[in-house]
Amino acid sequence: MSNGRPVRPPESRVHERYLRHSKKFPNVWCAGCGNGIVLSAIIRAIDDLGLDKNEVAMISGIGCGGRMPVYVDLNTMHTTHGRALAFATGLKMVRPWMKVLVVMGDGDALAIGGNHFIHAARRNIGLTAIVINNQIYGMTGGQYSPTTPRDAVASTAPYGHIEQPFPITALAQAAGAAYVARSTVYHARELQRFIVDGLSRNGFSVIEAVSYCHTMFGRQNQMGRATDMMRHIKEQSITLSQAAKLSEEELEGKIVRGVFADRNIPEYTDLYDQVIAAAQAEATEEERLRPGGPSSHDAKDATVEEADAPVGEAE
Amino acid sequence: MRARMMQGNKACAEGAIAAGCRFFAGYPITPATEISEIMARRLPQVGGKFIQMEDEIASIAAVIGGSVAGAKSLTATSGPGFSLMQENIGYAAMAEIPCVIVDVQRAGPSTGLPTQPSQGDVMQSRWGTHGDHPIIVLCPSSVHETFALTVRAFNLSERYRTPVILLMDAMIAHMREGVRLPELEQLEIWDRAPTEVPPEWYKAYVNEPQDVPPLAPFGEGYRYHITGLFHDELGYPTQRLDEINPWLSRVFGKIERGLSEIVDYEEDEHLDRAEVIVIAYGATARSAQHAVKLARAGGSRVSLLRLRTLWPFPEERVETAAERLHRVIVPEMNRGQLALEVERVVGKHKVVRVNRADGQMVAPDQILDAIERRSVGRGYR
Repeated sequence: MSNGRPVRPPESRVHERYLRHSKKFPNVWCAGCGNGIVLSAIIRAIDDLGLDKNEVAMISGIGCGGRMPVYVDLNTMHTTHGRALAFATGLKMVRPWMKVLVVMGDGDALAIGGNHFIHAARRNIGLTAIVINNQIYGMTGGQYSPTTPRDAVASTAPYGHIEQPFPITALAQAAGAAYVARSTVYHARELQRFIVDGLSRNGFSVIEAVSYCHTMFGRQNQMGRATDMMRHIKEQSITLSQAAKLSEEELEGKIVRGVFADRNIPEYTDLYDQVIAAAQAEATEEERLRPGGPSSHDAKDATVEEADAPVGEAE
Repeated sequence: MRARMMQGNKACAEGAIAAGCRFFAGYPITPATEISEIMARRLPQVGGKFIQMEDEIASIAAVIGGSVAGAKSLTATSGPGFSLMQENIGYAAMAEIPCVIVDVQRAGPSTGLPTQPSQGDVMQSRWGTHGDHPIIVLCPSSVHETFALTVRAFNLSERYRTPVILLMDAMIAHMREGVRLPELEQLEIWDRAPTEVPPEWYKAYVNEPQDVPPLAPFGEGYRYHITGLFHDELGYPTQRLDEINPWLSRVFGKIERGLSEIVDYEEDEHLDRAEVIVIAYGATARSAQHAVKLARAGGSRVSLLRLRTLWPFPEERVETAAERLHRVIVPEMNRGQLALEVERVVGKHKVVRVNRADGQMVAPDQILDAIERRSVGRGYR
């Protein structure tokens, strides 16, 4: 300050405290990719909340976004395609006090992992799911995904895409998530704020980060370079309150940003603590400590045994 | 020691709890469902947790997540669900995450005969997931042994940092017989090795000095990376041959060097003087035991070698046992799966297969016929 140069705020060096120094950069992402912006928003959100890195996990599936955890100095696991939420569910069950971030792409979360997505939401288990929606399978070379817009060209839709895209936020809300929000990689600060919200809520939170893939989507659809696609996102995005004034037709192609759901509903691992309390209240000393349980339970089991499904009828 | 009547599936669940299992994730499927039901009731009693997932893929994924969090974790299923789990079983092998998968075999393929026993998953348990990988598969022949081998499955899984498969069948799972459960304090329980270095020195996949590096649970200060990609000693993805090959040597080596501890079988005192041996496992070993008894009573010099570890295959014992013999009988509730291994080890010409794959037990008579060189199989082959 004495030499007149502006002092950089410490916040701008925040990545140094959250990126792994032992991991050799550069990362796997194309120059201009939105994934770095999402990673930055996540790191800043963790920093905003002052979370202990030892108690934060980042779990991912397969795809470009799936490579994110390896760069971050947290408890990180890069799992199988579509299954990140299921792995995270086991982790959260055993260590419910941990903050568990699950980073997925649109194909990962909604195609191969669609079942896990709706069931994690239905359980309202305390995971923070970040779905980076770039509307395409980037890593495998531009095949259509569950969020590819109708009429777009993809390497597996050379004549134009005929399916309708999943509305991620509506799906998450309907399935029961406690917190649902959408922002974009252009609105990095808003995205950061929504991630802060999601991490603070006690329940399943979904933050859709609308991104782009200039390499695999932009090129096939003549949408220009990364900056052009970023500009497109900026121009097409509107807030929830702006959207409320528009007709269905006017909303076509718009990216609506905002918080779609923020509700206080019981979280799964909290409820399971009640299960443990109930089970232990009625368990005998022997059931708590010894294998096998008391002999009196065998009589009960015998009736279960006899009620087994007859041959050929069970599934 | 307390004697009681117990079903195989209950013995499995109780064995798991006795071994220290505190997390279960599963999906209902006949004939394994009772394991889920019992775990749902029993786990919260001991402070553990149970969850019914949306499918078997999610179940094994949650089990791996639970194990990474530090809990001994179990899932139980049958053939169709076991097929769905295969990709993530490979993940557990690649990432070296301990977990136990119970497959209560029913007749297949596909939906098959849901309530009828089978031994049709012997090869799937070995090679079901893609890529070369080490695996341990145990197979009980009685309710009591189901308890003991479930404990052993957890022990081996934790000590070797590997998925272990307990290959049951619908007969053992639903059979009810007298068992004497050991007291908890009499059980030998192995836990995973604790991390002994500070976090900054920790390497989850270090190749030396020991071939099973300790696995730190998430959330305890050891922030590291786990992936299904080939990885270096820190767990970071690699394509370097000088990192891939040492990993391969270590993970296959850890099982090979542990063979004497992992391989397990039971033989009777007549084995060395036998002229014919029967090699059997699971429910079929009970028919074999009876057939051998009848044959011996009739003057045949026959003996039973009963396998409790199927994979790694007890190659050495099978080889020495069959060395002097001309006939080795392998009864199985499938079209001949473990027989392929026996043939590989002792020579095809010595092996007599006795098979049934229609959901029915191999009867003692069928095996007796093979022992006494009568026509084999009576149309069941």
